[in-house]
Amino acid sequence: MDSLLALGHGFVVAFEPTNLLFAAIGVVLGTAVGVLPGIGPALTVALLLPVTFKLDPGGSLIMFAGIYYGGMYGGSTTAILLNTPGESASVVTALEGNQMARSGRGGPALATAAIGSFVAGTIATFGLAFLAPVLVRLAVNFGPWDYFALMVLAFVTVSATFGSSPLRGLTSLALGLTLGIVGIDQLTGRARLTFGVPQLFDGIEVTTLAVGLFAIGEALYVASRHLYAPEKPIPVKGSLWMTREDWRRSWKPWLRGVGFGFPIGALPAGGAEIPTFLSYTTERRLAKNPEEFGRGAIEGVAGPEAANNASAAGTLVPLLTLGLPTSATAAIMLAGFQQYGLQPGPLLFTKEPALVWGLIASLFIANTMLIILNLPLIGIWVRLLAIPLPWLYAGILVFAAMGTIASDPSVVELAMLVGFGIIGFLMRRYDHPIAPAVVGLILGPMADNQLRRSLQMSLGDPMILLQNPGSATLLAIAALALVAPVLLKGLERFQAQED
Amino acid sequence: MMLVTRRRITLAIGAGLLLAGVPAAAEAQTPPELKIMAPAGAGGGWDTAARSLQQVMTAIGVAKSVQVTNVPGAGGTVGLAQFVTKASGKPDELMVAGITLVGAIISNQSPVTLKQVTPIARLTGDPLVIVVPANSPIKTVADLTAAIKKDVAGTIWAGGSAGGADHILAALVTKAAGADPGRTNYVAFSGGGEALAAMLGRRVTAGVSGYGEFQGQIEAGALRALAVSSPERLAGVNVPTLKELGVDVEVVNWRGIFAGPNITAEDQKKLSTLVETTLKSPQWAEVLKARGWSDYYAPAAEFTTFLASEQTRVQEILKSLGLAK
Repeated sequence: MDSLLALGHGFVVAFEPTNLLFAAIGVVLGTAVGVLPGIGPALTVALLLPVTFKLDPGGSLIMFAGIYYGGMYGGSTTAILLNTPGESASVVTALEGNQMARSGRGGPALATAAIGSFVAGTIATFGLAFLAPVLVRLAVNFGPWDYFALMVLAFVTVSATFGSSPLRGLTSLALGLTLGIVGIDQLTGRARLTFGVPQLFDGIEVTTLAVGLFAIGEALYVASRHLYAPEKPIPVKGSLWMTREDWRRSWKPWLRGVGFGFPIGALPAGGAEIPTFLSYTTERRLAKNPEEFGRGAIEGVAGPEAANNASAAGTLVPLLTLGLPTSATAAIMLAGFQQYGLQPGPLLFTKEPALVWGLIASLFIANTMLIILNLPLIGIWVRLLAIPLPWLYAGILVFAAMGTIASDPSVVELAMLVGFGIIGFLMRRYDHPIAPAVVGLILGPMADNQLRRSLQMSLGDPMILLQNPGSATLLAIAALALVAPVLLKGLERFQAQED
Repeated sequence: MMLVTRRRITLAIGAGLLLAGVPAAAEAQTPPELKIMAPAGAGGGWDTAARSLQQVMTAIGVAKSVQVTNVPGAGGTVGLAQFVTKASGKPDELMVAGITLVGAIISNQSPVTLKQVTPIARLTGDPLVIVVPANSPIKTVADLTAAIKKDVAGTIWAGGSAGGADHILAALVTKAAGADPGRTNYVAFSGGGEALAAMLGRRVTAGVSGYGEFQGQIEAGALRALAVSSPERLAGVNVPTLKELGVDVEVVNWRGIFAGPNITAEDQKKLSTLVETTLKSPQWAEVLKARGWSDYYAPAAEFTTFLASEQTRVQEILKSLGLAK
């Protein structure tokens, strides 16, 4: 009841005209930067920090939160329409979303992403308001061994993105894992696979790889086929809006997406990517027509999109309750809090209730503004697909290069983008799936670090992975997920023989 | 999307105009137009310091304009390499850096070093704090050193990136306790956040971070602060220094400002005066307070000596950790 009352007060704060204005500026900016590959919400907030120094803390934090939520919306738009994920959390969205867009169902794909984001954002913000203290206690007890087990589970689920051939999927995954090793090792501080190039010391940026493989590779591939077998994407087929069937197929994935996104986002090292992988796999396993996956299944857009938005709200749990920044954007928001002399942490809720609850209330408002802003935009966005292909892909190339330069103005970064583009072209040409490479780059270093941290803490004893109930359970689920399909197949064959 | 594109183009043109700038009319009276490079991404400590300097310098009028650029990469060595070439002999280019860059130069075997640039002033020095979980049996620094002496590998430290200031402090404390610093069991985390979670989850023995990062938890009683690593106690914070407790270790996460190589003595003096005026202004004092930074100002000559001793010390400790040759 106390929380409800506090939330009510929060809405009073959030509905102040200036704060509404800040929220509106935030969501518009956030959507814009989310659409641009390379410029994420983190960079935007960082650039705005000095500008907002003189502003009222409440207003600017509300704006930052708007940017954060908006960025999560915007990222999916380019992933669906142009097969160019704006950030790593929308890589999975591109898989089914872009297939839908190509077959003329870009409208429903964007709609299920937007509505799913709204639903997920709203539920997760409720979670933030009421479950934060409970969840955070669980989250800090999540040790490196638990993270490692979660990564193993995520690795097992990667196979869902392999496409037709497991061998080709594994090849692509191995590429990503190898690229993930590049850079200074976080635990020992030593350089691996950098060949003395200082620009490689920080490792390979996920967005550079994703944009290179997806966008540039795609552009080259389309160009290579344009002369003799031109591809004709269908701009719009059927309704621009979601049909009754689309709704029926979307609502459960939305809810399950929240179930993955919010708790994992609340983990200090959870991130937004893993929940999207888990959601995608789950939807594929549960789908009535799994063969539709890879050819534009709406569940594969609805679930991951809900998951990545819910994780954005989840990230705010440790930030507000512990002062733990768990994503780049959260880290910069923390700097924002400190700029105003506010110390997020266990005392923030009691010391600054108006600010915290005002922020939470404005998240609800930002979410509502985003859906009002984004739904009408769908009609405009899908018209992009009617642009003649040479123009469209030339535009994508410019966008991709610009985004990369904006995030790191260096020749090496641009050369890597082009290099990955060529690899992406070859992978398409020889029919290798792209997503596992990106997934490998994201998960590889995380799994590597968490395993070695576990072993450092257990003084080298691998049994620590099985002694902790959390990691043991997760590993058991992973083992089950790996073995079950094989066993079931064996059982079917066995039964067939019986007959 | 067209709208966005147009805005970006306008932005790009704006930035282009700024970049082109009007060459400073070399009159002694008109304040100069400066460029400050942060060899790190936007939002980090060096970037924030650069942007705070920008803010104060333009506010008090010692500079007509200040442009901040970010060149991230490899602990700052990418930015340093660029700065050494670009800012050579230039009287209007500055760079912010700190102890992490000293470590990165050594462990990355960077071909360019801080010996090539011209130290202008030391800016800030944030103390590190050693903490343990509130219910840990370790109550004092003496308990901690005793634990290290008994089982150096079993004493697990959590802190920031390997080879950084946190790691250096953990190794120095281990050494001071009489154990082999090379055997320090230091678990590196990517940010204060994850290290903090490891502390709160009681998975490690002790943690090291900037005081500001643990402040909330210390005040709330979830973490116990054993000691700070600065030469003197922090104002208003009842935590002793390591030196007071008989552990002869001092590590401060300092930041300083540098000019390019080969600048004239006259230009160096001008820049030093300009920076000194900035750092002694009430506006800078306000920035320090707002950011929770500790003043650690030292003029060029003193900073140069300090830098040399830091380089030797960091080199030595990184060598014992196997991070330097």
